[in-house]
Amino acid sequence: MLIPRVIPCLDVRAGRIVKGVRFQNLRDAGDPAERAAAYENEGADEIVILDVSATTEERAASIDTVARVREAIGIPLTVGGGVRTIDDASRLLDAGADRVSVNSAGVNRPELLAEIAGRFGVQCCVLAVDASRSDGGGWRVLTRSGSTDSGLGVEDWAARGAALGAGEILLTSWNRDGTGAGYDLDLLRAVAKAAPIPIIASGGASTAAHMRDALDAGASAVLAASIFHDRVTTVADLKRELSSLGVSVRLPIPTGATP
Amino acid sequence: MRPHEAPEIVIVRTGAANLASVCAACRRAGLSPRLSVEPRDVDKAALLVLPGVGAFGPAAENLERFGLWEPLRRRAAEGRAMLAICLGMQLLFEASEESPGVSGLGVLPGRVTRFPDSERVPQLGWNRVVAPFHAPTLRTGDAAFANSFRVTTPPPGAISAITDYAGPFVAALERSGLLACQFHPELSGAFGLLLIRRWAAACLAAPRSAKEAAPC
Repeated sequence: MLIPRVIPCLDVRAGRIVKGVRFQNLRDAGDPAERAAAYENEGADEIVILDVSATTEERAASIDTVARVREAIGIPLTVGGGVRTIDDASRLLDAGADRVSVNSAGVNRPELLAEIAGRFGVQCCVLAVDASRSDGGGWRVLTRSGSTDSGLGVEDWAARGAALGAGEILLTSWNRDGTGAGYDLDLLRAVAKAAPIPIIASGGASTAAHMRDALDAGASAVLAASIFHDRVTTVADLKRELSSLGVSVRLPIPTGATP
Repeated sequence: MRPHEAPEIVIVRTGAANLASVCAACRRAGLSPRLSVEPRDVDKAALLVLPGVGAFGPAAENLERFGLWEPLRRRAAEGRAMLAICLGMQLLFEASEESPGVSGLGVLPGRVTRFPDSERVPQLGWNRVVAPFHAPTLRTGDAAFANSFRVTTPPPGAISAITDYAGPFVAALERSGLLACQFHPELSGAFGLLLIRRWAAACLAAPRSAKEAAPC
């Protein structure tokens, strides 16, 4: 059976890892290629890079970052942030991404998902959804790094995205991101029911128990950033804890093992 | 080839694929990757990779368009050094449910079918590959998959490794120098890296065919 994935996320700006709470007050958290390689050695199953660049110059640096990370790791690499056209997607794949993640541009022009899936396959097309709890219950899709309420309901958008060609959903709880309070499990359950594709839980994890709960709620993978960048734990320690909680995890072959 | 030079590996570039990842993995395996769409390279390369992401139909059309159909078919049929990855593996079979009416290379008997809806599709992530003990290069371990389609019947005459996702399917197979993987060895960490190294070393050690063995 498929093994649940543990995914460190690198928010990258101008070639450096940054991390803030709710996408604000960004601070430096290291070199992307160096950290990504360390995470692979510790047992990371995949790496996600989200480009949070604000300017064109910063974005150009991020393409170079993708290439450097690709040379440094031998596990799947998903890259998102600012993907608006099929050419943007193509550039990231050429630089070394295996999958591209689409967020705001997909809301503005949903056909982008079909275009990416049509050219590169559904397994290449990740739909990133930033979800915010509504006062009246349910969740709304936020765009533009959380600054805009799209008016879309999260479950509807997830179902539509999957039908259009998304092969995976990277589901971030805006309310939990950076808080360490655990994933939004109700949100995960709702989206897992709405869309028949794999879901990556994101936003709020600080313990192995949070991750176990997300997997129980229907997530196929769990993503975290600060706990790894801030060395609160390592991927290896986290996987040991997950294992002791009864979650099957992949134990990496030590580097340097002989054939 | 001088001994200090990394052996060359030709990677077929026919369109959509994660070529940067494949090249990076080849470099890590001590090989020197070169991208090509030349039929001559497909025929003559000491080591060849047929990568592939995207859909079965357009990929098959591309092989035809670049004049690679026959050289690839012959090379695979003769079991000369060839690593086919994901869609590249599926193209070796007769047809796929993904693109009805389109023929594959037909080097291996059988049809590619979609995973049932009882599981989340595509299969994304790491799954356990179980290889038979007598497999020359395949081993048991965890590998990275990203696929919606797969082959469920191990083709006769090849050594197959099996994985389970909504039932057993062919995770990889080998026949002489032909190694076909439904998973992505280039994304499977040390497991994939060691597989590429074993396959390349075995292919480079064995003469490609009797008539090409140099009488030095």
